Amino acid sequence: MKNESRGLTLFSHIMMFLFAVFCIVPFVLLISASLTDQNDIIAHGYSFIPQTFSTSAYEYLYERGAEITRAYGVTIFVTVVGTVLGLAITTLLAYPLSRSVTPHRNLIMFIVFFTMLFQGGLVPSYLVYTQIFDIKNTIWALIIPGLLMNGFYVMLMRTFFQSTIPGALIESAQMDGAGEYRTLWSIVLPLSTPILATIGLFECIMYWNDWQLGMIYITNPKLFSIQNLLNRIMQDIDFINTNLSSNASDVMQQMPTDSVKMAIAVIGVLPILVAYPFFQKYFIKGIMIGAVKG
Amino acid sequence: MDTALVPQAGIPHKKKKNKYRKYAPLLIMMVPGLLYLLFNNYLPMLGIAIAFKKINFAKGLLESDWVAFENFKYLFKTSDAFIITRNTILYNLLFIVVGTFLSFACAILLNEIKNKAVLKFYQSIITLPHLISMVIVSYLVYALLSADTGFMNHTVLPWFGMKDGISWYTEEKYWPWILTLVHFWKSVGYSSIVFFAALLGIDEEYYEAARLDGASRLQQIRHITLPILTPVIIMLTLLSIGRIFYSDFGLFYQVPMNSGALFNTTATIDTYVFKGLMGSGDIGMSAAAGVYQSIVGFLLVMLANYIVRLYSKDSALF
Repeated sequence: MKNESRGLTLFSHIMMFLFAVFCIVPFVLLISASLTDQNDIIAHGYSFIPQTFSTSAYEYLYERGAEITRAYGVTIFVTVVGTVLGLAITTLLAYPLSRSVTPHRNLIMFIVFFTMLFQGGLVPSYLVYTQIFDIKNTIWALIIPGLLMNGFYVMLMRTFFQSTIPGALIESAQMDGAGEYRTLWSIVLPLSTPILATIGLFECIMYWNDWQLGMIYITNPKLFSIQNLLNRIMQDIDFINTNLSSNASDVMQQMPTDSVKMAIAVIGVLPILVAYPFFQKYFIKGIMIGAVKG
Repeated sequence: MDTALVPQAGIPHKKKKNKYRKYAPLLIMMVPGLLYLLFNNYLPMLGIAIAFKKINFAKGLLESDWVAFENFKYLFKTSDAFIITRNTILYNLLFIVVGTFLSFACAILLNEIKNKAVLKFYQSIITLPHLISMVIVSYLVYALLSADTGFMNHTVLPWFGMKDGISWYTEEKYWPWILTLVHFWKSVGYSSIVFFAALLGIDEEYYEAARLDGASRLQQIRHITLPILTPVIIMLTLLSIGRIFYSDFGLFYQVPMNSGALFNTTATIDTYVFKGLMGSGDIGMSAAAGVYQSIVGFLLVMLANYIVRLYSKDSALF
């Protein structure tokens, strides 16, 4: 019996190890390909071990760094503003819904919940945002449509408030003269950091990774996020030459096309890979909270 | 004293007014969120009406002519409607059935690993793909499949004696496999964590008792873990069946690089609607496809939820 159990453990280790390798391997190929000499790629294709090591792709991108830096700026701005705004309005909606005294609570719950069941779809929301709000080619197009708040997070947060903040605590705070805003800010929120961190993290990831809004609403290259830039370069590698070069003579300079493609993807994914060890604990916890409560 | 004895008509009303005044801060707090839902969710719901119009941007949306079901008629006359519905449903079924099996198996394996540090390590690696945007994923796939420079054509296929290579981005028959593999690469680790969380909830005493009775690890999995988790699996499956009309847009749009040659095996309702809107299709038909998706999707969610309720009220969405 002991043997069998040990066998199963060993089997688990082997399978999980293989699965982990399967998950990592594409990233290795990407990084290695970005460090391979252009002629090497033409002769042998992308490979896991560069035969001729070369950083020319990164040098090339470094020379044309302005657009990449700008795209990063857009992404960071959108992520920070979107996450803060989103968390704020989610909290402000979830807190009253967690209080039994709120008038029309059930009706409002239903209004929130129904958005999870039925969606108007892409075409109508596109028309609302472009025809009514004229959001096209503004930074708000990357922040507001769809991503800012969703019913699921509101429900998640409301459940958290209801199950972890004792009603007596809120009552006693209000006996002492705290208003609703005061109660929320100094009593409820300090006790709710786990859910705020979880939802905040997921919103961050959503904003950081979003490419769809940029594709729908943004045509001005100055407002491209890093994902949109990547998207454009994949469709059209010359985009890098016509838009990223500071003067015309640069265009003539030979570009290591194939490794540049990979290098720019590495630049796009690197921040996440570097930051992941620091937030993976919350990420995995967040998946579990979503699973249990959702 | 009088008022206590004789109920007066005015009092409940006054009380109600006080209630509003007293809880006004709570109501005001909700205003931004509710306004957002109004503009982001409810106005587009009304916007479904445009599927019944011949959209003419020159005339404006309100002035465009009503054409009743014309857009739908066009949509269902083409073979597109059949192809996108078939693809959406078949891919989802495959993802649900095989994906549930793989994630569950993966969760069980994780549960066998008792070394906390190693477990954490595996967990972080297998959830990593879920964190990456589909744009990056499309680059990863491109590195493998590119016709001229891809790893498959240059390194893997020659091992099997195939010198010519395959033009992956124009051969539609390979894409059901590719997309399925990419989907599992991205999602199995993530959803195995979901199951793993459920496994952690199982009381250790059951296993204790089984061990005393001499049950092996496999018998414990078969007779304790599986039966306890069956309801969870059924719920999750039914809920994903409720979303069977929706596809992971990024997977079907980014990974095949929007290649027209692959329409038959990679187009789903979502990519069809998107392409229609972005100008490479008919916006009327695109709106019609969107409404078709919204309504059938809604009915399926209600149906799935109804079935879940039959099993267990607690697991239902509502």
